Amino acid sequence: MSAERVRVVRGWEWARPERPARREVVAAVPELDQAKPPLLFVPGFGHGAWAFAEHWLGHAAGRGFPAYALSLRGHGGSEPAPGATLRSYTHDVVQVAASLPRRAVLVGHGAGARVVAHALARYPARAAVLVAPVLGGWGTLGTALRRNPAGTVPAVFGAGLRLNRRQLFSRELPDADARRHLGRLGRAGRRAQWQLLTGRQPEPAVGRPPVLVLGSPDDRVVPPAALTRAARRYASAPLLFPGMGHDLMLDARWREPVDAILDWLEKDPAPAAG
Amino acid sequence: MSSSTDLGRPDPDPTVAPTRDGRPVSDRGDTVCVIGAGASGLTAVKNLREAGFGVDCYERETGVGGAWNWRHDRSPVYASTHLISSRPFTQFPDFPMPDDWPDYPHHAQLLSYFERYADHFDLRQHVWFGTEVVRVEPVEGDRWDVTTRSTGGYGPERTSRYAAVVLANGHNWSPKLPRYEGLEQFRGEVMHASSYKDPAQLRGKRVLVVGAGNTGCDIAVEAAQQASRCWHSTRRGYWYAPKYVFGRPADQVNDTLLALRVPLRVRQWLYHWTLRLTVGDLTRFGLPRPDHRVYETHPIANSQLVYYVGHGRVSPVPDVARFGDRTVVLADGSEIDPELVVFATGYLPRFEFLEGRVLGDADGSGRPRLWLNAFAAGHPTLAVVGLVQPDSGIFPISHWQSVLFARLLTLRATRPDRAVAFGKRVAAGLGERYSARVKDSTRHWFEVGHADYLRALQRALHDLEDK
Repeated sequence: MSAERVRVVRGWEWARPERPARREVVAAVPELDQAKPPLLFVPGFGHGAWAFAEHWLGHAAGRGFPAYALSLRGHGGSEPAPGATLRSYTHDVVQVAASLPRRAVLVGHGAGARVVAHALARYPARAAVLVAPVLGGWGTLGTALRRNPAGTVPAVFGAGLRLNRRQLFSRELPDADARRHLGRLGRAGRRAQWQLLTGRQPEPAVGRPPVLVLGSPDDRVVPPAALTRAARRYASAPLLFPGMGHDLMLDARWREPVDAILDWLEKDPAPAAG
Repeated sequence: MSSSTDLGRPDPDPTVAPTRDGRPVSDRGDTVCVIGAGASGLTAVKNLREAGFGVDCYERETGVGGAWNWRHDRSPVYASTHLISSRPFTQFPDFPMPDDWPDYPHHAQLLSYFERYADHFDLRQHVWFGTEVVRVEPVEGDRWDVTTRSTGGYGPERTSRYAAVVLANGHNWSPKLPRYEGLEQFRGEVMHASSYKDPAQLRGKRVLVVGAGNTGCDIAVEAAQQASRCWHSTRRGYWYAPKYVFGRPADQVNDTLLALRVPLRVRQWLYHWTLRLTVGDLTRFGLPRPDHRVYETHPIANSQLVYYVGHGRVSPVPDVARFGDRTVVLADGSEIDPELVVFATGYLPRFEFLEGRVLGDADGSGRPRLWLNAFAAGHPTLAVVGLVQPDSGIFPISHWQSVLFARLLTLRATRPDRAVAFGKRVAAGLGERYSARVKDSTRHWFEVGHADYLRALQRALHDLEDK
């Protein structure tokens, strides 16, 4: 990505700035400030801040990291926004990141990782973590059609994408929990959903943030090849957690990936080359 | 005040070499010196740190924010100062202002924005507060000796040697005062706009405001509400653009046309047409007819001036000819009797710590000859950040100038050929302009059109980065 050029002139963005929206931000802050960078968790399409509030926020705060999760507009407790675009979601992430007291680590899950990749071009994050990243492109649609045709075909015609239990969670997660989580899923804006397939690729990240990619080889939304591709884009290899579903933060063994992220951050990863 | 034992700040290296006149010098190695912790200085510190450089920033005041910190004695802001360019054009490109702020935030919001920027990127540890720069001298190897002392001249001077220097000392603090016959004998009160802080200073007085810049218009509007009488003296006619057009900030509407690549002539026609529809014929109000087309002088964004002229609260008058004992004689021969004269006649950039020839200003005219308003010929490790008078916000320009400088410094080590080519480009492009034809005045020589200028900066960045 370093070969791409920076963009200075953004005429349209200046002329038509994104409309403000009320955003839900859930926080878990350690009692003692240990000068660790704040984490900002960005949920994927259909998910809200609740997905991280379930386990990861508290766990990160317990290990001394101030942890925040936001609901993109139209999701969770944020303002409804049926016309939202990827740019609106990116705007939400950058706004919340800039409001935090210190330079933040952006953690994006699923399509939230694509939003984070866009946000990295607009905000010099301390580091970034892409969890089971759905970075878009027509391959994403192909996988979704193959794995979950009934939930995907209506989305092609403008309805919401419906993800099923087998895609999101492993068999280890109790049924009651899985049903509870599935019941909370919402949907992304129609335009944003399309832009995931057709939209422009993210611009190069500013501020040379180190990037970690992690996921599961048994994820039925993001195939292992896509994980490898995503990691290669940031000059690394993916960290894998076999036996888990797409929603690593809600699955039965949620502790392992979040600990891996926090361990990586504690090692103080070096900025990317270039 | 900071001390050398502050956490995260290494003590300067021991003395390694004396200056030409025998003073001891501490060698700061590859560290870059940034002068000033206002908007331009802060973004320079942040971008140089991001590129991996050590930075020492010297700030004569005890807080960040420069001109936008009203507690600073060099701050030109007054109680009612608001932005004149809307948020998207004013914020740093990688640190947006909150989107629930108004389109044109107040100066107190700006200060809080800079304080948050400094904290967010942990910049304060690199700033030596209460320290002013006395001298900056080029030495061998493209390095710089920077002599500092405590603000106000207390304590001994200290000289440190740096790999590079960023001048971000601002250009809106040294008042430009016009000379008029008889001004010394005038027995009324005279002040420069830099001393104007609060409308109470105008209350109940007969006030003459001289100058039609944005500050002059703002003060005239305040005088209209507070003073017993207000005259507004302007040398020529101006276009008073409203801050809102079609319910949107006027600069956003203008940039919609720029984004659509509408040619300048058509934009000027549309602008004139819109002003005719909204503001109307200004000569009907007694204002002089503009002697230039829009975009040819710095735009004045003020929705209220014409309103108060229409209510008779502001009387437009021509240029001042001379001062009498208690009166002011105007260019048309008429006389007025103000109690208070406010000169909103602008500021002159000053680099009193640096020999003029370094910035290509050997004759001391106060107009440096630079490329991109930032780079001096023959000094590849020097950059001036924020020395622009744009038709938009300055902070994004300062951001990209300092990004370009940081990349240039990196390339001096990794791709010296590229850095040399950049130096040649600087020498060839000195004095280049980045705007439509503008009126010649001390106020306009460093005027830039934001789109033209940022495009030129983008080209320079791409030239540096090309494989």
